[in-house]
Amino acid sequence: MSARVQLEGLHKTFGVDGHAAPALSDVSLEVHAGELLCLLGPSGCGKSTLLNIVAGFLPPTRGRVLVDGAPVTGPGPERGVVFQEYVLFPWLTVAQNVEFGPRLQGAPAERCRAIAARYLHMVGLSEHAAKFPVQLSGGMKQRVAIARALANSPSIVLMDEPFGALDAQTREVLQEELSRIQRVEHKTIIFVTHSIREAVYLADRVVVLNRAPGRIKEIFTIKLPEARDRFAPEFTRYESEITRLVKEEVARVHE
Amino acid sequence: MSTVTDLVQWGLRGASLPRRRALALRLGVVLAFLALWSLASGLVVLLGLFNPIFLAGPWLVLGKVWELALSGELWGHLGATLERVAVGFTTGALLALALGLPAGQWRAVRNLLEPIVEILRPIPPLAMLPLFIVWAGIGETSKVAFITYATFFPMFLSTVHAVQQVDPLLLRAAASLGARRPQLFFRVVLPAALPEILTGIRLGVALSFFVIVISEFIGAEQGLGYLINDGRNFFLVPQMLGAAIVLGLLGYAGNALVVRLGRHWLRWERP
Repeated sequence: MSARVQLEGLHKTFGVDGHAAPALSDVSLEVHAGELLCLLGPSGCGKSTLLNIVAGFLPPTRGRVLVDGAPVTGPGPERGVVFQEYVLFPWLTVAQNVEFGPRLQGAPAERCRAIAARYLHMVGLSEHAAKFPVQLSGGMKQRVAIARALANSPSIVLMDEPFGALDAQTREVLQEELSRIQRVEHKTIIFVTHSIREAVYLADRVVVLNRAPGRIKEIFTIKLPEARDRFAPEFTRYESEITRLVKEEVARVHE
Repeated sequence: MSTVTDLVQWGLRGASLPRRRALALRLGVVLAFLALWSLASGLVVLLGLFNPIFLAGPWLVLGKVWELALSGELWGHLGATLERVAVGFTTGALLALALGLPAGQWRAVRNLLEPIVEILRPIPPLAMLPLFIVWAGIGETSKVAFITYATFFPMFLSTVHAVQQVDPLLLRAAASLGARRPQLFFRVVLPAALPEILTGIRLGVALSFFVIVISEFIGAEQGLGYLINDGRNFFLVPQMLGAAIVLGLLGYAGNALVVRLGRHWLRWERP
């Protein structure tokens, strides 16, 4: 179950101290059903703003977002969100966090427990089901957050630099797990990152954004096998190609 | 650990010691204090410094408490005080929640209540006591209403603040999991605000013991405050000190009860 997302002429301007600060300028894009799309760009390029608009947390100044043809007007359960800061409910156990969505929908307790067990197993946290978030490491918290988002069976998952706060090793492990899960679940995923390696490792397509105001600079289709090897020559080629482009962008800003 | 609020709320607390040692230390300090007190009152008698009636020894005081307990008189007074505190505090807490939760959630409610609260809050509650007596007489109503009035403000303010401080990201997370407005409130705002609400409740408990005594000084026939005032009228120092000690124990127990409840409800806060 995955949906198509269309971004149509999105503009976003923030009012800062009476000045209008443009954050996004005319972003149009179609995210295919079942695709993992990475939004890549230097910090301040508006990639998180873009994701927040798709999530329905922010209204666009102009333009609209369509999910399977229906316009987005606010947050909704068909668009699951994974935050960089994890944002687990600290007063709920790991299992209760994962069950949160199904419970809201009024699913019977037994079914909720089964769903939680399934997704906790998927992220390798079955043994920690009864713990509270405060007892978990950052990597474990983010696994719970991913399980919580998936357990609600969204048709789209929005991930805002989800591995950004993790150490390098944990980060790679979670990238591998996400890639493994995606091979089974085939969700439509929009994944925001500033790591080129991460983007090339995970994405079907990488959208590189310009800085201030954010607009689409280039879209790369990553034609690599689903299970990717970070040391394969093709991998490195994509990496250096995108790096060159992003460097240009950073250099342009500093001129 | 330095503001007055913190001190009222938490008492003086040093670094935590292992349980056994902490207990032994406390017991030792209490015994030393009693010994010092005995010594002082003994010296007054021996040296004839002043009339020993002013400083009764601890054994005299504890003996008086024991005597009042045996005769059953103590329980009547204790019950009266406890009942006033329980009714007054509970009413205050319910009012604080009933007004504080919506005020934290909706700006309109907050704007409506804020001026009134800000006018009344700086007035020391004790200044309003005579007014309560004029309005409600010297019976139970004025005492209970006074506790309600005095405890309302800190609990109301901490509730409003607690709700306002809820991390907006939690609300976003819940909304994108499908939570609608009432669900957001009951499943996210309320549990997220609970720790700070409980802090306000502890403050309220402490405050209710603080103000009940004074309202029992004025026109009461029962209660620990009455016992103290009665002791003053008839120069019964052991009775005054005894009643004060019982009040202290009550306040301690009240705080311990809230702490224990908090420990259960907030067990998710401890790593």
